[in-house]
Amino acid sequence: MSKQKLVMVGNGMAGVRTIEELLKIAPDQYEITVFGAEPHPNYNRILLSPVLAGEMTVQDIILNDHAWYADNGIKLHLGKTVTKIDRVKRMVIAADGTEEPYDRLLLATGSNPFMLPVPGNDLPGVISYRDIKDTDDMIDAAKLYKHAVVIGGGLLGLEAANGLMLRGMDVTVVHLGPWLLERQLDETAGKMLQKSLEDRGLKFLLQKQTEMLVAGESGRVAAIRFKDGMQIPAELVVMAVGIRPNTALAESAGIYCNRGIVVNDTLQTYDPKVYAVGECVTHRGIAYGLVAPLFEQGKVAANHLANYGIGRYTGSVTSTKLKVTGIDLFSAGNFIGGKESDGFEEIILNDAAGGVYKKLVIKDNKLVGGVIYGDTADGPWYFQLLKDGRDIHDIRDQLIFGQSLVGDVGHQGQSKAASMADSAEVCGCNGVSKGVIVKAIKEKGLFSLDDVKKHTKAASSCGSCAGLVEQILASTIGGAYSPAASDKKPVCGCTDHSHQKVRDAIRQQHLTKIHDIMRALEWKTPDGCDKCRPALNYYLISTWPKEAKDDPRSRLINERVHANIQKDGTYSVVPRMWGGLTTPAELRAIADAAEKYNVPTVKVTGGQRIDLLGIKKEDLPHIWADLGKAGMVSGHAYGKSIRTVKTCVGMEHCRFGTKLAMDMGVKLERMLFDMYAPHKVKLAVSGCPRNCSEAGIKDVGVIGVDSGYELYVGGNGGIKTEVAQFFVKVQTDEEVMEYSGAFLQLYREEGFYLERTCHYLERVGLDHVKGKVLEDEENRKALYARLVDELKDAKDPWAERVAGVEKKEFELLSV
Amino acid sequence: MAEWKMICKVEDIPQLGSRVVTSAEGDIAVFRTSSDGVFALRDKCPHKGGPLSQGLVHGEQVTCSLHGWKLRLDTGEAIAPDVGCARRYPTKVEGGQVFLEI
Ligand code: SRM
Ligand SMILES: Cc1cc2nc3c(=O)[nH]c(=O)nc-3n(C[C@H](O)[C@H](O)[C@H](O)COP(=O)(O)OP(=O)(O)OC[C@H]3O[C@@H](n4cnc5c(N)ncnc54)[C@H](O)[C@@H]3O)c2cc1C
Ligand code: SF4
Ligand code: FES
Repeated sequence: MSKQKLVMVGNGMAGVRTIEELLKIAPDQYEITVFGAEPHPNYNRILLSPVLAGEMTVQDIILNDHAWYADNGIKLHLGKTVTKIDRVKRMVIAADGTEEPYDRLLLATGSNPFMLPVPGNDLPGVISYRDIKDTDDMIDAAKLYKHAVVIGGGLLGLEAANGLMLRGMDVTVVHLGPWLLERQLDETAGKMLQKSLEDRGLKFLLQKQTEMLVAGESGRVAAIRFKDGMQIPAELVVMAVGIRPNTALAESAGIYCNRGIVVNDTLQTYDPKVYAVGECVTHRGIAYGLVAPLFEQGKVAANHLANYGIGRYTGSVTSTKLKVTGIDLFSAGNFIGGKESDGFEEIILNDAAGGVYKKLVIKDNKLVGGVIYGDTADGPWYFQLLKDGRDIHDIRDQLIFGQSLVGDVGHQGQSKAASMADSAEVCGCNGVSKGVIVKAIKEKGLFSLDDVKKHTKAASSCGSCAGLVEQILASTIGGAYSPAASDKKPVCGCTDHSHQKVRDAIRQQHLTKIHDIMRALEWKTPDGCDKCRPALNYYLISTWPKEAKDDPRSRLINERVHANIQKDGTYSVVPRMWGGLTTPAELRAIADAAEKYNVPTVKVTGGQRIDLLGIKKEDLPHIWADLGKAGMVSGHAYGKSIRTVKTCVGMEHCRFGTKLAMDMGVKLERMLFDMYAPHKVKLAVSGCPRNCSEAGIKDVGVIGVDSGYELYVGGNGGIKTEVAQFFVKVQTDEEVMEYSGAFLQLYREEGFYLERTCHYLERVGLDHVKGKVLEDEENRKALYARLVDELKDAKDPWAERVAGVEKKEFELLSV
Repeated sequence: MAEWKMICKVEDIPQLGSRVVTSAEGDIAVFRTSSDGVFALRDKCPHKGGPLSQGLVHGEQVTCSLHGWKLRLDTGEAIAPDVGCARRYPTKVEGGQVFLEI
């Protein structure tokens, strides 16, 4: 069967992104033809501003060069404007007569700059700011002329004005509104921005209405006159007063338009054969003018063009950032707010002398909008809170001061991406500096965290610098960066589905095998990858503990062989020491084993037990057998599972002890033996508030007090130290087991893979957990019962291996 | 001279898994894909020498167990942005037996 024909009209950012998405999921489905009115291959329009400012060249901003089209078998008609669509014959016709038939048509014609309808708007020297040609015209004019006027004090106008000024022109910005960027900023921030732009040399005329543009002797524009009679010289006039969706072609073909080309949630127009994306469309009454939402549209359109039929575009929240080097400005959502009686509240920080202004708008304990001027490092963090709709009442008193004060500090306490030096290391695991990331973002046209991971490796290992990379993205590409809401982020590059979607599908469709999930959710790769397979395996065994079978091949090495791999390929063995307790007999057995297997290093771990490091893989079952004979079992030091329950000596010995901490710790550890979870789980029990077992930084911390036990949850002592939050106070040992067991079971059932309890709580909120565990007794008991039931026949994985399970894993072959 | 040597039955290597073959030239990792393709690479990652046999197999790739480099099983080449190559050994399957040319 011959391939279907897909024709795209408009070779711009939204359209080409759609084609890229399509090629990823259905590379062979279509014979693709692209028409572009401009003579260039697809370039990054956003970066025209740095080109104008002299910070980049046109060559730097090409996103897809000619070779890309050729490599993907795309027929490219450059410099050809399509003037007619024959929907009956399913054919498009260009101005020069070129005809191409289609089975599916994708319209991505972008928008046209709006030209003020004033006399003289067609004089030479009067231009808009939209494409490479306009940019070249401005660069040329700056060489010949002195006076420039930019009409429009919006993002585009200010970027144009800044660029022209840097090219040596005397620039005046004329703006009708009462302050600059009135669609992005409130009055205070707008005035601050004006002041700092004036300090750099720009001039402003606000609340001025243009009457006409006056021609000079040469016929070129020479001056601008306002309604109030004032006139100033202008040899270059740039109109940046807005854009209009470019619908002329669609309209002439009778496709329904209302401001833009009207599309539904699948980006289909009223003609089912015709799809449309980008600035030319109206979706649910909104036409977007920033790339982030357009890329979201592209992804959904590609999915439907590929006949997958999943994914709906339901609209976007956008944020903006001005790309004028040295000026930090960020706004998102509803930053104007509303009446107090409608539930709107504002938090404002205004440090005029320090040049910092922040305003956050809150409604129903959620962040709904914000403007930041001067110190935008926290912009992406606020934007994420806004998108996630996270309940902020618990962090409200610190919110305005930013992320670092809320405790969620960035990498190395460093959270000021914009102010970091280019040489500063961002990703400690892979040694990637800020400069390398910025360069890749600019040169390769990267827009997402995933892109950066793929091209630079930053944030692809331990992930602790992901937040910082997101900040760098935001400060480099501005409003074009749009993080997905946390619970909507795809599991990995093999799928568009989020962890939540996958978890839901497993439960609702009763899926019990990894390949069934991949089939049901249309995975893009045959067997997934090292990111999704372990996640899917965990979701299966935690959702259907009795039915789903564990797949060793979907576990990473440590969990597959029940030991930690070392840099030289040997392994370490950490036997469990319940609650940190051991006996002379156990120590003797450990000493004997260490000698027998020539263990090079014996170390006391940070988890109150002993580590035997440097053991050959083929020796593992043997050393386990020896340790097992002395009654020792796996310590799971390798697993996304229960690790340790640290204890202090407690009332057993300590003069201050109020509770039997060791006894309580051992009981908890025995209860949780062999429990797998989204990530590792650590507990601690202290006998009094002196807290010698560091219960304050554990997933579950138990502190004995005279009148009972205090339970803390969500602590973490790892990459980002997180203090555990007070959960509940209980009386008895049984209650400690029930409440902590129920909490952990909820985490096991709801947590996303590789989400520690602190991240899980950050996502769902402590109140959610309290509702399910503290306030709903029946649910608590049910959760606890499920945990106990699941773990009642837990087996020691080491003993199983000694008995022959997965025998071949440990045996060498030879030639 | 390289010659074909029988090493094991196909079933001795788990699907999406691997086995290590010791040889005079050092360890060789033999992989089996979900569609029963059998591939062999020197068991040493071009990054920092990690044992590739301990990695996770998906499609015709293996992700190294130490730092997550991805290598193509058919050529041993690293997937971009990483650059490097692990030596490849020819393999064939005949009558359910796996042969390695070494
Ligand atoms: C052996 C031990 C270090 C030691 O000698 O003391 C250790 C060793 C490793 N830790 Fe750890 N951690 C050890 C205690 C800790 C502690 C302290 C504790 O448990 O009280 C922490 C901080 C507490 C916490 O987790 O909240 C800790 C936080 C980490 C983290 C960061 C986790 C996080 O959520 O931020 C990682 C990375 C990860 O898990 O992704 C990690 C990962 C690792 C790995 C498994 C790295 C790896 O994937 O290979 C190390 C294995 C080394 C090896 O070659 O075998 N290790 N690690 C400790 C074993 C304890 C035990 O008996 O089981
Ligand atoms: C200077 C500047 C700075 C910007 N900065 C930012 C920013 O910081 N952040 C952000 O998110 N967005 C920014 N934008 C907006 C962003 O560039 C646009 O939202 C985006 O490019 C729109 O993509 P599109 O594919 O819909 O349209 P376009 O990229 O405009 O592509 C449409 C293409 O279709 C062609 N075309 C139209 N009609 C036809 C036809 N009939 N036949 C053939 N070809 C046709 C056009 O010539 C054009 O090349 C900026 C825009 C400009 C101009
Ligand atoms: S043991 Fe932990 S802290 Fe030490 S190097 Fe390994 S991962 Fe890092
Ligand atoms: S040794 Fe293989 S990825 Fe580092």
